Amino acid sequence: MKFDVTVIGSGPGGYVAAIRAAQLGFKTAIIERYPTLGGTCLNVGCIPSKALLDSSEHYFNATHHFKEHGIDGAVSLNFPQMIKRKGEVVDQNVQGIAFLMKKNKITVYHGHGSFADATHIDIAKDDGTTERIESDKVIIATGSKPASLPFINIDKERVITSTEALSLKELPKSMAVIGGGVIGVELGSVYARLGTKVSVIEYLDRIIAGMDKDLGKELMKTMKRDGVEFHVSTGVTAVENKGNSVLITAKNKKDEEVQMEVEYCLVSVGRKPYTDKLGLENIGISVDDKGRIPVNEQLQTSVPGVYAIGDVIKGAMLAHKAEEEGVFVAEVLAGQHPHVNYHLIPGVVYTWPEVAGVGHTEQELKELGRAYKSGKFPFKASGRARASMDTDGFIKVLADKETDEILGVHMIGPRIADLIAEAVVAMEYRASAEDISRMSHAHPTYTEAFKEACLAATDSRPIHL
Amino acid sequence: MIVEIKVPAFGESVTEATLASWLVNDGDYVEMDQSICELESDKATFEVPAEKAGVIKIIVEADTDVEIGVVIGSIDTSAAPAAVAAAPAAESASAEAAKPAAPATPGTPAAPSNGESYAAGHPSPAAAKLIAEHKLDAAAIAGTGRDGRILKEDVERAIANGANGKSAAKAPAKSSPAAPAAPVTANAGFSRETSSKKMSRLRKTIAGHLVNAKNNTAMLTTFNEVDLTEVIALRKQYKEIFKEKHGIGLGFMSFFIKASATALMDFPAVNAQIDGENIVTHDFVDVSIAVSTPKGLVVPVIRNAESLNLAQIEKAVYDLAVKGRDNKLTMEEMTGGTFTVSNGGIFGSLQSTPIINAPQSAILGMHKIQKRPMVMGDEIVARPMMYLALSYDHRIIDGKEAVTFLVRIKELLEEPMKLFLEI
Repeated sequence: MKFDVTVIGSGPGGYVAAIRAAQLGFKTAIIERYPTLGGTCLNVGCIPSKALLDSSEHYFNATHHFKEHGIDGAVSLNFPQMIKRKGEVVDQNVQGIAFLMKKNKITVYHGHGSFADATHIDIAKDDGTTERIESDKVIIATGSKPASLPFINIDKERVITSTEALSLKELPKSMAVIGGGVIGVELGSVYARLGTKVSVIEYLDRIIAGMDKDLGKELMKTMKRDGVEFHVSTGVTAVENKGNSVLITAKNKKDEEVQMEVEYCLVSVGRKPYTDKLGLENIGISVDDKGRIPVNEQLQTSVPGVYAIGDVIKGAMLAHKAEEEGVFVAEVLAGQHPHVNYHLIPGVVYTWPEVAGVGHTEQELKELGRAYKSGKFPFKASGRARASMDTDGFIKVLADKETDEILGVHMIGPRIADLIAEAVVAMEYRASAEDISRMSHAHPTYTEAFKEACLAATDSRPIHL
Repeated sequence: MIVEIKVPAFGESVTEATLASWLVNDGDYVEMDQSICELESDKATFEVPAEKAGVIKIIVEADTDVEIGVVIGSIDTSAAPAAVAAAPAAESASAEAAKPAAPATPGTPAAPSNGESYAAGHPSPAAAKLIAEHKLDAAAIAGTGRDGRILKEDVERAIANGANGKSAAKAPAKSSPAAPAAPVTANAGFSRETSSKKMSRLRKTIAGHLVNAKNNTAMLTTFNEVDLTEVIALRKQYKEIFKEKHGIGLGFMSFFIKASATALMDFPAVNAQIDGENIVTHDFVDVSIAVSTPKGLVVPVIRNAESLNLAQIEKAVYDLAVKGRDNKLTMEEMTGGTFTVSNGGIFGSLQSTPIINAPQSAILGMHKIQKRPMVMGDEIVARPMMYLALSYDHRIIDGKEAVTFLVRIKELLEEPMKLFLEI
């Protein structure tokens, strides 16, 4: 078979690229090595973790807040059902992708794709056969997989990655999370809310280190209150599977050796680009020191006609970043001139309270020497948040001291992952803090907090503070 | 204070113009009434004077189509000329020192209200994509979004108006990925470059008018020739006295315009116009004269030519020609006219068929004066001859009228005494 465009990998970057390419009139194929489409995001990432986060949040509310709401009665946890429901959510979503492929007349190949040359791809199928297809253009969207540390053996039984953590058979009594990044705090938060004793071990002096410092501080405060233990500035030196437990040895800030024994150890030290057996050597592509495929501004690799998007190239490993790049490449192939505004790709953490940020962090602005002003509004002062008992967190708006242009927005609180979109729109149009202050925000909503934070940033004049 | 510079209304029918060029730079200090930019309308080019003295901020770049009333720049009247500002540094420093005592007014927006927004000219994401695809210069697109942001529709409008860009990337390729087009093979060593430049508004208007006249009138041309021996003799004889007395040279144009005006009074149909189903006649003669300017042909008007003497006509012609050359003709000077005289002879034309300056009904084409053998009595003599062409709208002017009108002009010029005796 011969195609105009072939996408290797069907994660959010790959399947979006395929749909956009099909929309633009290209004869398109997509290759997926797993039985279901959707990649990490849909199968073992965003969607299942969000499903579990929601379930665990319900449970936590039932056990901690219902009484206060005036709802009495005992609730008990059915962990296998929780995992089963998560499975159903995943199934519905991956079937949705299969439907979208059909609808857009995209040919789906299940098997492991690898380059024979720049325009031919061999697909090794589960039944042992190999099919070769030809394609004018190829988009590599093979994504990433969990990374580990050299001295850690991930046995997938007791020492696990996010993938296994989403499908545990039993609720762990205790769990150590190595790495206080986004994935670590999200899954740590799931299990903590279900009653697991969770300890997060982070090498740096703070969690979710890529985000504005205030967010990490606030998140740690609320998670600690919910029972999560944090060991920051602590480097793990050994992880040992003891059969029914895991023994973790680490060195703390004072260079003292500490040990802890837990039922499960989740290793969430980041993700690495996935290019195994992709046949990159056959077309002369070599990856960089971090395993990423180098691309130019058009996201084209060193081989003309071969493009790469998402986690397998530089930049934030986020589904929505990959999606933007998928659309970008498809449109570039059609001769269009799209843009991806990398500066305004929001970072989101699906804990509860949720965390999100876009634009410059306060630390970045200080480093840049940019004169800025800051406005903060706590959810404690929001009528809507009090009504739902979600008073943790705040919204912080950073604006240029001279022009009042919004330079960064950092949020932690209820439904923040949805709220950040308003900040992105505002910043894409280079709105000033006062612009937002002068736009009507429905009452009572969480979004009012953004307006209030903008008022605070503009001229220190929030109404409800 | 910030004074906005808006595109002034400079004629009833004019709704749009082209900002042809800025005569000052962004940040320049201008004096009041100093010309700051050139606007090109359908009919001519105008210089916009500064309303106040101050520092110029350019908002709309040159070579952009602008509507009447659009803000194209601003003048900060509080700013002093650079040279002056530098001098009293000590003074302003002490003024600054005194300032902080005043508390900030409550409710004062933090955003600086002076001057242009930092976001002016910032394209929205969709606008940015269009700009890139059409290779446009964002600075040349007037943003109509809040604070001058460039919206998708602004770019679409710029594209529709044939903005400065080259033609866009083609529509998304169907069924096969875009590949670079194979270069056309050409003789090596010879240039085959073409260049495409936006038509000026004036040129577009001229084009429209000419096609309109051709399509909507029953136009034809009648020819004659005139022996200019007498006119030349008159000029020779009185040239110096005329100049001394009137301060202007005695040229040919005044004879032709005077002869035309006189003939037009005798043939009102040639001086008339069709207006819908009516015929409008004039008991005056306003002669449009075709003036070639650096930007194209313009046709300013000499009013009441029938009542002017030769000296007054010469002066009027001179004034209009100079203004035309310097792009200083006003709208008023370009509007109206009941008949046109066009002199292609100055460029050497021997014969031509001029196009009527609609809604007028006739145009006289003058040509080169050339000595030709003419039969006078039974002898062949060399005479200074000029072919005359009269293009006219047959819908309103009969052939007989047109021909006799032209013969009348010929007679008036061959015996100029008739002009003065009004016979």
